Amino acid sequence: MIDWQFIIDHANYWLFILLMMTGFYIVVSRGNLVKKVVGLNIFQVSVFMLYISIGKVSGGTAPILPVDLETEPGVVYSNPLPHVLILTAIVVGVATTALALALIVRIREEYGTIDEDGILAIEQAIVRGENVRHGDAMGDRA
Amino acid sequence: MAAGAAEHVSRTLADHLPILVVLAPFVAAPVAVVIGNRNAARTLAVLATVISLVASWLLLRQVVGGGYISYPIGGWPPPIGIEYRIDAANAFVLLLISAIGTVFLPYAFRSLDHEIPWRNHTLVYCCYLLCLSGLLGIVATGDGFNVFVFLEISSLSTYILVSQGCYRDKRALTAAYDYLIMGTIGAVFFVIGLGMLYMMTGTLNMADLADRIAAQGPNRTLLAAFAFIVVGVSLKVAIFPLHMWLPYAYSHAPSAVTVFLSATATKASIYVLLRFLFSVFQPEFVVATLTPQAVLLPLAIAAMVVMSFVAVFQTDLKRMLAYSSLAHVGYLLLGVALMNVDGLSATIIHLFNHGITKALLFMGAGALVLRVGSTFYDDIAGLGRSMPVMSAAMVIGGLSLVGVPGTAGFVSKWLLVQASFERGWTFAAVLVVASTLLTVVNMWRVFEVLYIRSPNPGSQRQSQPLTSAGGPAGRIADTTGDAPLMMLVPIWILAIACIWFGIDTGLTLGSAQVAAESLLSGSLGMADGAI
Repeated sequence: MIDWQFIIDHANYWLFILLMMTGFYIVVSRGNLVKKVVGLNIFQVSVFMLYISIGKVSGGTAPILPVDLETEPGVVYSNPLPHVLILTAIVVGVATTALALALIVRIREEYGTIDEDGILAIEQAIVRGENVRHGDAMGDRA
Repeated sequence: MAAGAAEHVSRTLADHLPILVVLAPFVAAPVAVVIGNRNAARTLAVLATVISLVASWLLLRQVVGGGYISYPIGGWPPPIGIEYRIDAANAFVLLLISAIGTVFLPYAFRSLDHEIPWRNHTLVYCCYLLCLSGLLGIVATGDGFNVFVFLEISSLSTYILVSQGCYRDKRALTAAYDYLIMGTIGAVFFVIGLGMLYMMTGTLNMADLADRIAAQGPNRTLLAAFAFIVVGVSLKVAIFPLHMWLPYAYSHAPSAVTVFLSATATKASIYVLLRFLFSVFQPEFVVATLTPQAVLLPLAIAAMVVMSFVAVFQTDLKRMLAYSSLAHVGYLLLGVALMNVDGLSATIIHLFNHGITKALLFMGAGALVLRVGSTFYDDIAGLGRSMPVMSAAMVIGGLSLVGVPGTAGFVSKWLLVQASFERGWTFAAVLVVASTLLTVVNMWRVFEVLYIRSPNPGSQRQSQPLTSAGGPAGRIADTTGDAPLMMLVPIWILAIACIWFGIDTGLTLGSAQVAAESLLSGSLGMADGAI
């Protein structure tokens, strides 16, 4: 017996889970560094959705006081705190994305590729060179 | 701090110490950028770090006897406003971070001159200040979301600092990128966990969270929140299977940056783990989830043994030390997994002792980079004879890392073994000793390379200081003789500290025990216990 009402009522939480897993999957599976950052963004945005869903009070209106500061009793307000928290998280997300993209530009300049496999091949060649050179220099004990 | 009517209370500077610790470097960072002068940035960095050091010393003096200081930001009483709450545990970590910062700066001047082009220096010092402020903030705050904000402040500046190693080795860029991806995933997990806690309790203040979680008892959302937070923080701590970013970041970052990070960044994250395990979720809740026995213990033991073993096969001093850091994260976790006062004291005291020891060893590695341009064993062979003063300090650091009696490392390892026996986990004690033997192998190789092997003329590369444009300067750095005085003094301060805290354990053991007892007794909640 599936409780359809429960599932529909929590649509935004399901979307949160879907977005989170999509973003996480992209970060793990994609080899292109820019695509990884896009995945990371989706991953972060899913959290915004979770927080804003928490703040919703059914039947609640925008948490703004009227000019005369006289609120009618019985009026319900949505919880503004999660929104405020998520503003901070959005700023953090923007900063992270900007920094990641800046790093990718520098990686492209140094490696000539932004593909993970290409970078890995270049780094493995460096490491192998180091191991041979320094391993030989240390004798058999390296 | 009574809730309710917020009457104006006049405060003296001493009352503002908890925020002053964090604010001094935080304000100095933008000022350094606005002035835009390298020397001004250095001066500001020193000034701000010393202010933080003095403030955290004064805080530790106040709370070392037990109790805590509650500081409401902006006068808003908690749990509505953000609260900074200082007790013995975080005052001790604050002191470690700001003390390492103070000792590290004079060393960094010389080392950074050498490894990063001058045009970047102002911004690098700015990043250092932000990183310091973030780490201190993580430790000082009593608000869950504030932890996340400071975690990100420190992490973002750390990524930049790590990437600055690209002037020596381009792999620093990919190391920084990997660290960024892993760090961000960790932070997002942490925020998801916090969101779930907020969903269940409607508060973000740690003490208030503790009260309300205890009132609710365990349920599925709280368990999910607990899992998200533990995994998220574990990524930052670099607990065994989540550690891959750390060796790359540490071995490719500029030497001075590695010194600072190894001694502070993972330590602050461990502190967050402790705080959430013991102060937010109560010890009983944590034990009921079986996390200490079923998750932390196997991972701690795996980290101790496997990482020490991997370190044996490294040909590069810096990378060997990075792997050894991972092994020591294992010791720290083992202390947590034991869930008794001695174990936790061992963790807290080892945070401090390993911090100073590893900082000392990485400083030595940086001094070797200054001399020969790399830390590969065959490049640094025989340098113990031409750099006797520096190498002697490294020997002390190596002995402390191994845990020879009379050094700082011995105190914490002894306590850890004692706690394992107390808990009845003899195998854990045996494995600590096994891991120590592997450390002996590692450190002996370093001593052998430095003192016994003859210098390898073919592989000695001359290291050159960078000009403002980043290219090698015309003049060659002083390539003979010992490390410069600006490096020797910090190195020897740490070397003496390694011995001092191995013999006089009054400060470290005293505060660690008070901290461990207060952590294990669970949170004081919102009840009035402030001093």
